[in-house]
This record gives sequence, C-alpha cells and structure tokens, in this order.
Amino acid sequence: MQTDKRPLSPHLQIYKLGWTGIPSILHRMTGVALTLGSVLLVYWLAAIASGPEAYATAQAIFGSIIGQIILFGFTFALYYHLCNGIRHLIWDAGYGLKIETVLRSARVVAIASVVLTVLTWLLVFIVGGA
Amino acid sequence: MSLRTPLSRAKGLGSAKDGVHHWWIERLTAVALVPLYIWFVWGLISHAGADYETVAAWIGSPVTAVLLVLLLAVTFHHAQLGMQVVYEDYIHTEWLKLTSIVLTKFIAYVLAAAGIFAVLRVAFGG
Repeated sequence: MQTDKRPLSPHLQIYKLGWTGIPSILHRMTGVALTLGSVLLVYWLAAIASGPEAYATAQAIFGSIIGQIILFGFTFALYYHLCNGIRHLIWDAGYGLKIETVLRSARVVAIASVVLTVLTWLLVFIVGGA
Repeated sequence: MSLRTPLSRAKGLGSAKDGVHHWWIERLTAVALVPLYIWFVWGLISHAGADYETVAAWIGSPVTAVLLVLLLAVTFHHAQLGMQVVYEDYIHTEWLKLTSIVLTKFIAYVLAAAGIFAVLRVAFGG
C-alpha cells in the first residue's frame, strides 16, 4: 500500500501566526532572553559586593550604547513576560478563554508591555537626570 | 488489579504520581515573581543615577536583602523549569536534550548561589 501520497496536515510554517501564535512564541522567546539576561543581574550584584571600582566598571558597561540597548530589550522582555505571564495565570484559573477575549488580552499585553517599557526608561532618565 | 501491561510496568515509565508537579511549581514561582519584580523594578528606577554608597546601602538594607534573596532563588528556579520545557519541545536527540537540561539546571543554581552570596556580602559588609 502506498502511503506517501496521502494528504498531510500542514506544517507549522504553513499557518499564519496571528494574535494567538505570536504571543505564545514571544512568551517563550522573552523567557529564554530573560534567562540569559539574568546573568547580568548576578554580575551587577557581584560588582556591588566587590566594591566601588568594580561597580564603576559595571555602570560603564551598562551605560554604553550597547549596554543601554541590551537593557532596553531586557526591560521589554521582562514586562512582556510579566504581563503575558499574568494572562497565562488567568487562563490557568479558567477565565478569559473565549476566542475574542484571548485576542483582546493579547493586544492589551502587547500595548501594556510597550507602554511600561517606555515609561520605565522615561522615569529612569528623569530620576537619573541623564 | 492493574490494567497496565507487565512490559509497561517493567520499563518503569508510567505515572510517578507527580505528573503536574513541574507545571504547578512553574505557576507557583510565577505568582511569587509578579510582586517581586514590580518591587525590584521600582527600586531600580528610584536609584537611577545614584552613587555607589547609596546603591550598596539600598541592596544591603534588611528588607531589600531578604526580598532580593527570594527574588534570585525563585527567578532561577522558574528559569530552569521554563528552559527545560523549551529543550523538551525542540531538542529531539535524547543525549543532547538530557545534557542541556542538566547543564542548565546546574548553571541556574550556580548563578542563584552567586547572586545570593553577593547580596549577603553587601548586607553583612564582608
């Protein structure tokens, strides 16, 4: 019996990832990014523990252009994973699972994480006076 | 009477009675991390541009140190649970999958220990 001509279920790459698939994969990607980025948190704390000189070096690295870009991306990843994580916890509690609610909460999470990221950096520049 | 086949029982790959443990701990740590990170980000914002002495005094103060120790322990526990799921979903070579999971868990706990040690060192002024 020939079996290789049967219609197959389309592969993942065939589907258009809308406001359901993209938030899902973004949750994973931000989770992995945060895991990698958490090394920076440990480094920052270790620098504080090591003394003023090590701290000055850490601040110089974080204050450089590349450092600032990484920290900005890290902030967005944190807020996205936090907001979408709360969305997942609400689902786990059994709420918000209707498709229109799922699509709306996906947009709320996207907007909230962008707004919180920008707001955080505005506050950092206002407080820091840079 | 068990309905499972002798082979299935012999292989020992059936229910170990902790099927949802990983899932539950991932959620439990997630719930804990929500207030911890809102607090920590707020603390970082309010110390933007502060000098070394101010930042060290903040990190080493009792409330901050305790909350940071919790944040570090819970963060790395949550991170290695999440990374494990990612590896299980995308790596299909058994030895590579297992190695990645074990290495990530080890590295996560080394980082957690290093971070906690740093906070305690600042707190106790060592």
